[in-house]
Amino acid sequence: MTAALALLNAVFWIAVTLVGAALAAWAFRALLATLAPGDRRLWRTMPLPAAFGMLVVLLYALAGLLAPWLAPFPERAVVGDAYLPWGGDFLLGTDNLGRDVFSRLIFGARNSVGIALLTTILAFGVGATLGLAAAAVGGWLDTALSRLVDVLMAIPALILALLLLTLLGASIPNMILVIALIDSTRVFRLARAVAADIAAQDYIEAARLRGESLPWLVRREILPNALSPLLAEFGLRFCFVFLSISALSFLGLGIQPPAADWGSMVKDSATLITFGDPTPLLPAGAIALLTVAVNFVVDWQLHRASGLKE
Amino acid sequence: MILRRLLLGALVLLAVTVIIFAAIEALGGDYATASLGQAATPETVAALRERLGLDQPAWVRYGQWIGGALAGDFGASLSGGRPVADLLAGRLLNTLFLALYAAVMAIPLSIGLGLLAALWRNGLFDRLANMGTLTAIAFPEFFVAYILIYLVTGTGLFPTMAAIPPGAGLLDRLHATFLPALTLTLVVAAHMMRMTRAAIINLLSSPYIEMARLKGVPPARVIWRHALPNALAPIINVVALNLAYLITGVVVVEVVFVYPGLGQLMVDSVSRRDVPVVQAAALIFAATYVLLNLLADVLSTLSNPRLLHRR
Repeated sequence: MTAALALLNAVFWIAVTLVGAALAAWAFRALLATLAPGDRRLWRTMPLPAAFGMLVVLLYALAGLLAPWLAPFPERAVVGDAYLPWGGDFLLGTDNLGRDVFSRLIFGARNSVGIALLTTILAFGVGATLGLAAAAVGGWLDTALSRLVDVLMAIPALILALLLLTLLGASIPNMILVIALIDSTRVFRLARAVAADIAAQDYIEAARLRGESLPWLVRREILPNALSPLLAEFGLRFCFVFLSISALSFLGLGIQPPAADWGSMVKDSATLITFGDPTPLLPAGAIALLTVAVNFVVDWQLHRASGLKE
Repeated sequence: MILRRLLLGALVLLAVTVIIFAAIEALGGDYATASLGQAATPETVAALRERLGLDQPAWVRYGQWIGGALAGDFGASLSGGRPVADLLAGRLLNTLFLALYAAVMAIPLSIGLGLLAALWRNGLFDRLANMGTLTAIAFPEFFVAYILIYLVTGTGLFPTMAAIPPGAGLLDRLHATFLPALTLTLVVAAHMMRMTRAAIINLLSSPYIEMARLKGVPPARVIWRHALPNALAPIINVVALNLAYLITGVVVVEVVFVYPGLGQLMVDSVSRRDVPVVQAAALIFAATYVLLNLLADVLSTLSNPRLLHRR
């Protein structure tokens, strides 16, 4: 009986959350349609999930940028007893050392997302540059890079990351390098495939015959046409990078305390969950919400770029 | 065709072992100096190097390592000095059990749902499934795991710590590992379902299906006689790719549920920087991954005569 009631309760709250999210997304879309520059129709026809995704990304960015002003307590200060319950001075209680969970969640937006973004940019810079170069130059460079990437991709990402981190030692710069290396192989694959398609077009041939230099070809002819799939890939890649970093932090091998990070916050407060305290779900949920949001936006962009109505 | 794929697979496997070995070689430096620490005088270092065989050239040691690994001998753990093979044996079985358990639940579920989503595409079910799976894919494994723990923890239906008492029967094991297996199922099923849906939709839009419809073949027969035999290759691919994905998912899930598997051992060994153990675990995970991908290719080639006799 109580189980059925609890289930009903859960379903009710899920429904409330969904409706709330839909309303927020709808309002945000309406706001964009009246305020945003550019093509109004683009914003008005935006599907609700995409609007919701954009809203969430915006909120995270604000939380990250304004963390010191938004958070009621400093990131690393011990402000009370350990494991205080929700409410009172501490909105979401305190963690295992007595630091304010709510403040650390907000600072986590800065650390976790910032580091993931940096890693993605690094992975993307390396992967896309090499991929475009491989497609444009062809020949031995293409073959050598492609085979190397094939072999690296034959090892599961998390396993390779664990292996490399054993050698280098677990630290933030090492983790950034390792994840960037691993994800750049995936970016390389895509960039090369897209660019190779474009490089076979007649207008590239024409430009070559005109005697244009290789950098010019890549920058002016190939890149503009490869941009839209690459941008979508950037969003997806960010999600993967973010999830791998969170997983590593959760395993205790990524971002280290005392820096506030969502992955390690889950690990630190994990014992609470067996007592029915949902605190560990908050940072984990923060990770999930952001990846879902980015996915929704990317999904919409891909749909739009492919011009598919189906 | 198949022979060529098998050879290629063997080559990749070889390259992977070389990478795992070389990574340790290039960056791992000298265990002798590191493990002796304060006591590292030139003489003791030389003695330990000789004992560990570090004075041999790299390719000799690679040969010894790979030869040992094939014979089930991965050397000794750096901490404690127990043979790595002993540490691995029981845990490998536990991990395989968990992965298999999850696969048995996930495969029928996701292929069934994927088929339905493809058949009723753009309907309500498809839209809901699309949003649901997109959300599930974006969730980190530990989030799914902790939600499940949170839901179950008051009821006492399933243990939230998946420790297996020695000598437990099959039913007890299934009961103890239900939550980790369910977590993996949820994570993998979303992927599998999306891929199945995409593969089937792709197939249904091909001209010969259109032709069959136009000549008046009933829908059920279109699916059964025309679509499904050709869908076999993509579905096999989907299943194998996701089994390979299970291999990595299992690491995080084992840590959440304190399950005595290979993944947890590997994570512990990474923080202790116990190189031989990490090396062996990485080798096992990577080899399984490569072999599953190979299996996917071979099976889908076998199921499609056109791929079998290409050119």
